[in-house]
Amino acid sequence: MKNVFSKLTRRQMIQLAAAGIAAPAALALTGCSTTGRKGAGNVVVIGGGFGGSAAAKYLKRYNPELNVTLIEPNKEYITCPGSNWVIGGFHEMKQITHNYNAAKKNGINVMHETVASVDPDKQVIKLASGKTMAYDKLVVSPGIDFKWDVHAGVDENTEKFLPHAYKAGDQTLLLRDQLQSMRQGGTFAMVAPPNPFRCPPGPYERVGMVAHYLKQNNPTAKILILDQKNAFSKQGLFVEGWELNYGQMIEHVKLDDGGKLRSIDVKNKTIDADYGKVKADVINYIPPQKAGKLAVATGLTNESGYCPINQQTFESTIHKNIHVIGDACIAGPMPKSGHSATSQARSCAANIVLAMAGQEPISAKNVNTCYSLVTPDYAISVAAIYDFQDGKIVSVPGSGGVSPMGAAPDVRKMEAIYTQGWYNSIADEVWG
Amino acid sequence: MKKVLLPAAGLILATALPVQAVERGELLANSCFSCHGYEGRLANATIPTLENYPASMIISQMKAYRDGTRTGTIMDRHAKGYTDEEIELMAKFIGKQGQ
Repeated sequence: MKNVFSKLTRRQMIQLAAAGIAAPAALALTGCSTTGRKGAGNVVVIGGGFGGSAAAKYLKRYNPELNVTLIEPNKEYITCPGSNWVIGGFHEMKQITHNYNAAKKNGINVMHETVASVDPDKQVIKLASGKTMAYDKLVVSPGIDFKWDVHAGVDENTEKFLPHAYKAGDQTLLLRDQLQSMRQGGTFAMVAPPNPFRCPPGPYERVGMVAHYLKQNNPTAKILILDQKNAFSKQGLFVEGWELNYGQMIEHVKLDDGGKLRSIDVKNKTIDADYGKVKADVINYIPPQKAGKLAVATGLTNESGYCPINQQTFESTIHKNIHVIGDACIAGPMPKSGHSATSQARSCAANIVLAMAGQEPISAKNVNTCYSLVTPDYAISVAAIYDFQDGKIVSVPGSGGVSPMGAAPDVRKMEAIYTQGWYNSIADEVWG
Repeated sequence: MKKVLLPAAGLILATALPVQAVERGELLANSCFSCHGYEGRLANATIPTLENYPASMIISQMKAYRDGTRTGTIMDRHAKGYTDEEIELMAKFIGKQGQ
């Protein structure tokens, strides 16, 4: 006789135990399994990034009877986390590239298609290929889109010449190549975006990675950051790390001190800011951001450009049975990060499964963890725990926060090791 | 190999109360996966995995991080976000049970 437990997941065993069922016997009576009462149905997830891939996985985990479909146009997903390390020249694209083979193995119906439109009233998705699909619940995780109409001189074609590299892939390689081709003693200028935007520490980790490359290969070069805001994530720690590791190579100009951008002359690689005119050798213009195109097209956004949601279940407050997670949603103080999106995906998946079983919503705390490298051996972090109170996501008082200032090199080194450890773990959670 | 007692099981099942389709403790514990491995498992992990970590130690160490009796690089900051009840619920779904 085979051990019937071997096929059970840990959670199924715990559920059986919680129901007061003598576990070995219960399994012999397979007609009485726990899954029947949860209800089957069609749940579609659009977007195969951190949020969407995690949502599909946890929907199937929390209710294996569900038909879960993941629609993602690309066969591979390249993460933004880790892409700065590629730009810094010490990490490979293949290390940040993932596929959907495991999702298929986990029982998720993966469709590499483009969504043409969503009809929220009829609950039907139309694909670019002409196919249509009905859903009971829809999860939309479209990430961000860029606003090209805020600054003079730029448009959608600008990225071909001045890579934003804020969606990883060819853009990452283009920026890396421009950095590596830069003349000795040249200027790398970054225009950092206004709030709110994807990955608040992302531009500043990138600056460290660019400096790391330049220190070895172009030590007289300069980095200039023209910031479209007055303060940034982990600012004290970044500045401390930059000065310690790169001396005076990096200059940061905040919005009110001259950072404010007037226009960019793409052809002549010249930035006009309150600071003055800057002729740069490489310009990394990171545009202002809004929710991904599908969210806008489906009418899920409000005047902020992002999607208002029930902050417990992540169901849109505009369209019933559509949930929005990740960078596109308005999740109170949660930053737009891969870790936040993954946490939201779990909360959203659990509450979809509960709703379909006719049970009340639950809230367990959401989490963000974000490591940033300053050098490959020097990292800093921010952590936060979020509760759901009075209808809103709020930070738990006294929890979270950033790494200590002035920490010893071994602490920074340890956090650098954990940076890679975090990446490997969350990538396996989401795409494994 | 344990013998299965079908009639007894049938009685228990007939009186079992409905279970939450997803429990809060599981949702809490699944937060650990992002850094400590899905199901507490990860090949070549640099952050300690939790699959074989005794549940009782998850409780004692989370409280120690939270209360400042154990220092950490980041776990002290995380642990401060949870109550005793949440830590105990979490530990039912991650780590080695019964230890």
